[in-house]
Amino acid sequence: MLNLSLKELSQALGEKKFTSVELTQFFLNRVKKHNPSLNAFITVDEDRSLAMAEKSDQLIQRGKKSILTGIPIAQKDIFCADEWKTTCGSKMLENFISPYDATVIKKFNDVGAVNLGKTNMDEFAMGSSNETSYFGPVKNPWSLDCVPGGSSGGSASAVAARLTPAATGTDTGGSIRQPASLCGFTGLKPTYGLVSRYGMIAFASSLDQAGPMAISAEDCGLMLDVMTGHDSKDSTSINRKKENYTDSLDEDIKGLRIGVPKEFFEDGLNADVQKVVEEALKQYEKLGAKIVNISLPNNHLSIPAYYVIAPAEASSNLSRYDGVRYGYRTKEYDDLTEMYFKTRQEGFGDEVKRRILIGTYVLSAGYFDAYYLKAQKIRRLISDDFKVAYEKCDVIMGPSAPSIAFKSGEKQEDPLAMYMQDIFTISTNLAGLPAMSIPAGFVDGLPVGLQLIGNHFEEANILNAAHIYQKNTDWHLQNPKGIG
Amino acid sequence: MSINKEEISKIAHLARIKVSQTEADQVEKKLNGILALIEKMQEVDTESIEPMSHALNITQPLREDEVTEKDIRDKSLPLAPHTESSLFIVPQVIE
Repeated sequence: MLNLSLKELSQALGEKKFTSVELTQFFLNRVKKHNPSLNAFITVDEDRSLAMAEKSDQLIQRGKKSILTGIPIAQKDIFCADEWKTTCGSKMLENFISPYDATVIKKFNDVGAVNLGKTNMDEFAMGSSNETSYFGPVKNPWSLDCVPGGSSGGSASAVAARLTPAATGTDTGGSIRQPASLCGFTGLKPTYGLVSRYGMIAFASSLDQAGPMAISAEDCGLMLDVMTGHDSKDSTSINRKKENYTDSLDEDIKGLRIGVPKEFFEDGLNADVQKVVEEALKQYEKLGAKIVNISLPNNHLSIPAYYVIAPAEASSNLSRYDGVRYGYRTKEYDDLTEMYFKTRQEGFGDEVKRRILIGTYVLSAGYFDAYYLKAQKIRRLISDDFKVAYEKCDVIMGPSAPSIAFKSGEKQEDPLAMYMQDIFTISTNLAGLPAMSIPAGFVDGLPVGLQLIGNHFEEANILNAAHIYQKNTDWHLQNPKGIG
Repeated sequence: MSINKEEISKIAHLARIKVSQTEADQVEKKLNGILALIEKMQEVDTESIEPMSHALNITQPLREDEVTEKDIRDKSLPLAPHTESSLFIVPQVIE
């Protein structure tokens, strides 16, 4: 069960080689064994997961099986799941039991997938190392001294250590792709608007997007088939015909034009990581693709623009945590104002408070034009760069992250160094493009990810390119040695 | 552009976040670091550029004004820190 793909697991369940209950118990046992050292899960509820598995077994018995029926999936703790504790990695929501299902959760439930538990994450998805979680840092299974990346660090650690066959994540500035790179598996951030944000706790609404985190491109495609679709409960959900993301996986990539932006090989990229990425590009050439040199001249402005736009949106979204309707409330207060001030001082961690303060500042009277409007104009420049680039190429490739996994604590006190982790990922969030990270090799025994960026709604194309690479390499099939 | 303690206190008030005396130095230092990073934007001339507020050019969809959600009051109220007879209780605001 340990190393089977989603397709193989599905097949085995269909052939009654094992039941969903057995499969779920197998992964629950792995969680029990390894979670004390990895801290990948915030909430595990064996009884509830096994009850879901039992129901899935009944579906399979009755022949009502679709591809993910009976397969355990770990859910990032940013997704509200009915009657599950949903914390978003924050003290503010430490005891929040969601009264409803996010659309993503509902879609997995509807096909009979099993919720294996809620995974750890940076508080309110703000971080690149999973060290800002109120529930403690997550460890990288390739080296317990290192971070798994963030913010979807719990899902990343769980997938890499095979504590779950697959997991969900969310990506506002790189939170699926950077951890996928640092933990050595496949992660995809879809086009903005493709996956419903309903019930996904909001960080920066114009950038947030949910996506799959799994071993292979094929697994991600199968999950994407379930996760996508128009949702009237999310006003930014795109109303377009639902696509199939697995039909074209095997298509030939001869003649595929790969755009390689020179800026992705300048800004602080580790030299050894660069070698691995260049090797992967050579592999693509061997497979028949053509390399085209392109430029994304405003990429260096993506981090400054992001740290205006994302905190601005966050300061508005997080104003709902006031200690009145749900969540944490401070113990002692004399009046309403003091209750607000102390509730938010005690309930939020340092990074979240920093971003709320920055967001409040850039939106405040007198600064709006200089910061917020300016950032929106730069967002346009960055987005236009991609439009120009896609006239010359079909897919853009480069590194997912500037380095391999770094040591826990190394960047914790230096927010700016931490922010640089997303130098190659943020621009695609600003432009709303789909992008993924796939394993492409190792440096000092730690994984390196290759990033594939598609044009809007071209998930199937990048999945195809990733799948062909994975058919010809085995980087994505490597397991961390220390995890039995 | 940099920010001093007095301005931070103003913003913290707007954001309803208490910043204690002991935190003030660190907050000032780190916010100024982030503002210096953001400042790089000013190097670019964006005079004629139209601001982009959203990744995709979509319009706000409208729907009929009808009840689509089931009543989850009994599940939602127990989540509040303090309720009485289906009301959220906060410190008295009006004398």
